[in-house]
Amino acid sequence: MSILVDNDTRVVVQGITGGEGKFHAGQMIEYGTNVVAGAVPGRGGQEIHDVPVYDTVDQAARAEDANASVIFVPPAFATDAIFEALDSPLDLVVAITEGVPQQDMAKIYRKLEETDTHLIGPNCPGLITPGAAKLGILPGNIFSEGNVGFVSRSGTLTYQVVDNLTQRGIGQTSAVGIGGDPIIGTDFIDVLELYEDDPDTDAIVMCGEIGGEDEEEAAAYIGDHMETPVVGFIAGRTAPPGKRMGHAGAIVSGSGTGTAESKIDALNDAGVSVGDTPNEVADYVEDLL
Amino acid sequence: MKLHEYQAKGVFADAGIPVPDSTLASTVDEAVEAADEIGYPVAIKAQVQVGGRGKAGGIELVDDAAEARQAADEILGMDLKGLHVDRVLVEAAVDFTDELYVGVTMDRAEGKPVAMVSTRGGVNIEEVAAEEPDAIVREHVDPAFGLHPYQARKAVFEAGIDRDVAIDAASILTQLYDLWAERDATEIEVNPLMVTDDGEVIAADAVMNIDGDALFRQPELAEMEEEAAEDELEAKANEYGFDYVRLSGNTGIIGNGAGLVMTTLDLVDYYGGSPANFLDIGGGAKAERVANALDMVFSDENVDSVVFNIFGGITRGDEVAKGINEALDQFDEIPKPVVVRLAGTNASEGMDILNTDLVTVEKTLEEAVQRAVSYAAEAEQ
Repeated sequence: MSILVDNDTRVVVQGITGGEGKFHAGQMIEYGTNVVAGAVPGRGGQEIHDVPVYDTVDQAARAEDANASVIFVPPAFATDAIFEALDSPLDLVVAITEGVPQQDMAKIYRKLEETDTHLIGPNCPGLITPGAAKLGILPGNIFSEGNVGFVSRSGTLTYQVVDNLTQRGIGQTSAVGIGGDPIIGTDFIDVLELYEDDPDTDAIVMCGEIGGEDEEEAAAYIGDHMETPVVGFIAGRTAPPGKRMGHAGAIVSGSGTGTAESKIDALNDAGVSVGDTPNEVADYVEDLL
Repeated sequence: MKLHEYQAKGVFADAGIPVPDSTLASTVDEAVEAADEIGYPVAIKAQVQVGGRGKAGGIELVDDAAEARQAADEILGMDLKGLHVDRVLVEAAVDFTDELYVGVTMDRAEGKPVAMVSTRGGVNIEEVAAEEPDAIVREHVDPAFGLHPYQARKAVFEAGIDRDVAIDAASILTQLYDLWAERDATEIEVNPLMVTDDGEVIAADAVMNIDGDALFRQPELAEMEEEAAEDELEAKANEYGFDYVRLSGNTGIIGNGAGLVMTTLDLVDYYGGSPANFLDIGGGAKAERVANALDMVFSDENVDSVVFNIFGGITRGDEVAKGINEALDQFDEIPKPVVVRLAGTNASEGMDILNTDLVTVEKTLEEAVQRAVSYAAEAEQ
């Protein structure tokens, strides 16, 4: 079992004719993902990697019976691409694009209230179910099949920690990068809930970072609702207040909310061990299994 | 991107929000001339982006030309919480009876903008928020409709603003929201919004943060970016297009991806060192970009060693190695020791290319950080 994606996921790639879209569609196919269509306005009728391209997401989804899309379009067009995907008959939309304006995300967030579609991202590496399918840019070779559910706000930090797990022979049920922006479609709690209901997930690793209060809210959720043990990691202990640390969402406010300390305390209070280093995270997971 | 006060007030004035008369000056003579023209009393205000400028001596109220000269002389060139003051805003002083607070920001947890009003302006609003949260009235906004005028009225009346000025304050709040939406702001704050003797309201200070991700559709604001940068290195980082934050330590840090770079900073601290900077080269960086990153970090005189930590996804190890070689080849002597750790996509190809006469290679993140920290400690002795 796994969460969100598996062998039955049929994927549309939005922006499949662009540099990034083409490259990563190829990587996804190579990994074994069922990429069934591309969607690029004005490019309908072409083929990329032997996959048919349609002019609209709606056409692609209906013609190929797709249920998910991955978005690789430049920031100036990403908002429209996300709305288009949310208005099409899909269950899952993954927005890889970094740099979607915050006010656009507020409008998208409002749209999500009236649809059952999951939006992952934006500004995220995507998600993977090892051995079955990957939707996004995660390097497939560092993942392995197993029983640890992984969720993270950061891309390369995911690779680092997953690599530490895989090196020790600890595989993953799925891994989800939810993205580093202040407003995102799917948050920690949404993913934790899915792992809690997945019988094959025996432990969860959750990598958070400074900014906002999602980790604190997730900690409260873990304390109140979860049986599956969780190990945590929080990046940004040394970040100064008021400075955006790369991710738009990674900022400690002047009044001191969003600090690593407050997140680590909240997680500890919920019974979550938080590693000081990525290696220590792997130690804790090893102890649990 | 945070605008300077003078930039934000320019944007306010263009939007029809009342602000005091003011002139920007970069010399003492210019400041005195501006003060004479505006008419005394005037406030002389340092244009640096730190909170609590007044308490730190960066704002002075003066009554005549002699005082203006003395104040401008003191403030221009001063070091205010680590930032050099090279410009002052000379501004008409406002006689006021009340100081209010109005602002618009994004409520991340709700995914919605929120408009805020309080009668407790003129003080640190974050302290008010922490101690007396009820003293700030919050009104969430549906981004599809914007702030309805009735919502602005509801907020000001609920905050207890005098009926004489409430309608004016509400209309300023509506204007602020419109400005927030039109200009892709992430935060707008007027603290204080002064109520004058004759019952007018006027924005005596202006804070405006713009979403860096929206600058592609805000060309006028994008032009202000260079002037808004706080120090030379941060301006250079803007030019190169890096996410860069300067810190006070001596171990320079370069990596790919915000979370991993932050983690590298944290590990430098964990192993007893002190990070000099945050520098994220982003995804898919080519050799030239890697070389620029090294150039950036080398040009920070506080840096004693550099740790280069790459976990390739879209970034390829061979490109990184090529960039490191290119950057270091131009030196007869490497200015500061560089420790490299490559993992992920094409890491082994990268290791084959990397000129190990010029850098120290470590296999794991932990080892690379410890090595760089020990180099920095040696350099300090």
